[in-house]
Amino acid sequence: MTPPGPVGDRFRRFRERLAAEGDDRPQVSDDRPSATSGAAATSGEEFASGGDHPSDRGTAASSRRGDLTARRSTEAGGRQGRRRRRRGGGGGEELRVPEAEFTSYYGRPILKGPVWKWDIAAYLFTGGLAAGSSLLAAGGQLTGRPALRRAGRVTALAAVSASAVFLVKDLGRPARFHHMLRVAKPTSPMSMGTWILTAYGPAAGVAAIAEAAGVLPRHGLLGLAGRALPPIGHVAGLLAAGTAPALATYTGVLLADTAVPSWHEAYPELPVIFAGSALASGAGVGLLAAPPAQAGPARRMAVAGAALELYGAHRVETRLGLLSEPYRLGRPGRLLRAGRLLTAGGVAGALLGRRSRVVGALSGTALLAASVLTRFGIFYGGVASARDPRYTVVPQRERVEARRIGMDLPSDRAVPPTV
Amino acid sequence: MLPDPNSLYGPLDPAPDAGYENAPPRMGFFTDTSVCIGCKACEVACKEWNGVPESGLDLLGMSYDNTGALTANSWRHVAFIEQPRPAGHRTPPFAGTPTDGSVSAASAAGAAGTSERTGTDPGVPTGTPSAAARMAGGGPADVLGPIAADPTAAGRGAAGPQFLGMPGAQPPGRGTGVEERTDFRWLMMSDVCKHCTHAACLDVCPTGSLFRTEFGTVVVQEDICNGCGYCISACPYGVIDQRKDDGRAWKCTLCYDRLGAGMTPACAQACPTESIQYGPLDELRERAAARVATLHERGVPEARLYGHDPNDGVGGDGAFFLLLDEPEVYGLPPDPVVTTRDLPKMWKRAGLAALAMAAATVAAFVGGSS
Repeated sequence: MTPPGPVGDRFRRFRERLAAEGDDRPQVSDDRPSATSGAAATSGEEFASGGDHPSDRGTAASSRRGDLTARRSTEAGGRQGRRRRRRGGGGGEELRVPEAEFTSYYGRPILKGPVWKWDIAAYLFTGGLAAGSSLLAAGGQLTGRPALRRAGRVTALAAVSASAVFLVKDLGRPARFHHMLRVAKPTSPMSMGTWILTAYGPAAGVAAIAEAAGVLPRHGLLGLAGRALPPIGHVAGLLAAGTAPALATYTGVLLADTAVPSWHEAYPELPVIFAGSALASGAGVGLLAAPPAQAGPARRMAVAGAALELYGAHRVETRLGLLSEPYRLGRPGRLLRAGRLLTAGGVAGALLGRRSRVVGALSGTALLAASVLTRFGIFYGGVASARDPRYTVVPQRERVEARRIGMDLPSDRAVPPTV
Repeated sequence: MLPDPNSLYGPLDPAPDAGYENAPPRMGFFTDTSVCIGCKACEVACKEWNGVPESGLDLLGMSYDNTGALTANSWRHVAFIEQPRPAGHRTPPFAGTPTDGSVSAASAAGAAGTSERTGTDPGVPTGTPSAAARMAGGGPADVLGPIAADPTAAGRGAAGPQFLGMPGAQPPGRGTGVEERTDFRWLMMSDVCKHCTHAACLDVCPTGSLFRTEFGTVVVQEDICNGCGYCISACPYGVIDQRKDDGRAWKCTLCYDRLGAGMTPACAQACPTESIQYGPLDELRERAAARVATLHERGVPEARLYGHDPNDGVGGDGAFFLLLDEPEVYGLPPDPVVTTRDLPKMWKRAGLAALAMAAATVAAFVGGSS
C-alpha cells in the first residue's frame, strides 16, 4: 500500500518543518526543499519578501479582507473559524497584515503560465532597441548628424535580426515560423506584430546596408552602387522610422491581450512603458556612438523616454492593487527597481556630462541596461501573477461580489453550518 | 459583411458569426457534477479515441486526482475535492465527535512539494507549499501561521496515522476509529475545454490554426500550429497547453471527427452516470436549469450552474457545469472574461503611445540648441 515514491518522504519533511517552525515565522522558509521547481522557488521568494514588507500589500487587498475573512471564517466553522476570529479580534501578537483570502484547488494555478521563455523578454528589448535606433537614425539623417544616423541604422539592423532569431527560436515548431504569414488578424497582436516586423525589417536592413556606401570604391560598377545607395538608404530609413513606433508599442498589446492577470490589467500602461523604454535605449545608442557635439537630440530623447518609462512603471506598480504586487516582489521587483535606478542614473549622466564622451558613453550603457531590466521585470512579473491562483481568484471574486451587491442579490454561498 | 457588434464580447451564436451558413445547432457538454462518481472513464475514453499520449504515472498525493489539471495530454480531468468541511447546508456528519486535522489538508501541503511535473512540460507548475497550505483546513490565507501556532495540532498531525501518499481505501474514520474521524466532503468534477462563445485562444492565434467549427466548438489544426504559445497565455481557464517534445498546442476537440459522423463524443459516451451529457446547447441549458431546480427542491441549495449564461464574461461556454460549491474550489476561475473584450482599448492605447514616441523624437531633434 505504501508507495515507495518520493511523495511520502517529501510530505514528512514538510510536516516536520511545519512542526519545527515557530509562530512568528513570516511565510515559507528559505530552507524549502531544493527539489522544488523554478516556479515554486520564485514564488517562494516572493512570499518571503511579502512577509518582510507587510505594508507593501495593496490597499485593495486590505479593504477586501474584511468581507472575505468574515465569510471564510464563518464558513470554515468549528475550531478553525473560532481561532481566526480570536486572532482577528486583536490579540496583540498578530501584527502582520494577513493576505487576502481565497479558495483554490489544492493551491494549484488556475491559468497556464506563459510558455514563452526568456527569449521573448529579450525580444521585447531588442524590438524596442531597433525601433528607438531607427527613430534616432532618421532624425540624424534629416538634421545632418551622420554619426547618429550611422549608429542608429547599424544598431537597428543588428537588433531586428536578433529579434527574428529570438522569436523563431521560441516557437514550439521553429521550422513553421512562416505559418504566421498565412493570415492577418487584427484580434491577434502577434499576427499584427508579424506584419509590422515584415514591413520594418527589410527597410531597416536596406538602410543599414546603404551605410556601406562610404567604403565602396569611387569608380566602376561598385562606384555606381556607391552613388545609388545613399538615396535608397534615405527612403528606407524613413520607412523604417515610420513603422518603428508601431513596432515599439504593439508589444504592450501583445502582453496585455492575455489572461495573465498582471499583464492584462496593465493594458493602459504597457505600451507607454515600452515606448519610453524604446526611446531610452535608442538614445543610449546615440550617446554611446556619437561625439558630444552631435548627441544633443539623443540626450533629449533619453529624457523623454525615461519620463514615459518611469511614469508607466510607477502606475503599474501602484495602480493595480493586488495585481501590482508581482511587480514589486521577488525577482521582478528587483529587476524593476534596478531598472529605475539605472534609468535615473543614465538620464542624470546624459544631462550633466554633456561635454564628456566617457560620461556620455556610460550614460548610454546605463540606459540600455535599464531597458533590458525593465523588460525582464515586466515579463517575469506577469509570469509570476499567472502562477499563483491568488491573482486569478481574488480580483475575480471581488468583481462577483461587487456585482452581487450592486444588484442587491442574496449571496449564493452556502450558509454556514450550525455546529 | 460587417462583423457583429458582439463579435468580441456579449451574447452571440458563434458559428454564423464565423461565417457558416445554415450551421447546425451549437453542440456542447453539460457536466452534472452532482452525479459524478469519479471513475475517470471519461479521461480514459478521451485518450483512447483521440490517441492522446500517456501522461506518465504520477502519484500527486493530494487526493484521488493524479491527473492534476487539464494539459496537452489530458483533455478531460476529474477533480476530487476532499476537505474537512460539510457540503452546504447540511449538519456536519460528525458534529460533536472529536475530529482530527484533515487528511486532505495535510496531503494538499504534501502534494505542493512534489517536483514532478504533471502531464506535460511546460504543463502545470506544481503549486507552492504556501499556496497549498492556504487551502488546507478550509482556506485561511496564512495557514502556516495557524498550524505552527497550534502545537497541539502540529503534534497531533505528527502522531496521527502514517501518511501513505494517497488516501486510504476505507472511508474516513472507519479504519482509525471515531477519534480520528473528520467531517469530510468529497466532490468530483470532470473538467474539459469550455469551447467559449468568445474564445480568447481562437482570437489571438496568429496562424489561423485554431478555428471555429460549424458546431460552434473550437478546434486546433495540428498541421498548422507552430507552437507560438499565445493561446496558452490567453485562455482564461488554463485549458490549452503546449505538449512537451512536440511543441504544439493541444486541447479537447469536442471529438470533432465523431460529431461530423453524428456520434456522441467519447467521454460522454463512456460516462456511466450521465454526468457528462452531450447535445444541442439550448436543450442542455433547459435540462440543466431543470436539474438545478430539482436539486434545490431536494435540499441541495448549494447546487449552481457555471458557464451557462450567455451574458457572462466569455459569452457563455459550450461546455458548462453544475457545481456544488464555488467555482474556485474546483480550480475554475470565478468570473472569467475574454481578454479580447478590451482589445480595441488596448490598440487605442498603443496608438497613443506610438504617437507620443514619434512626437518625442521630433521634439528631440527640432527643439534644442546642440
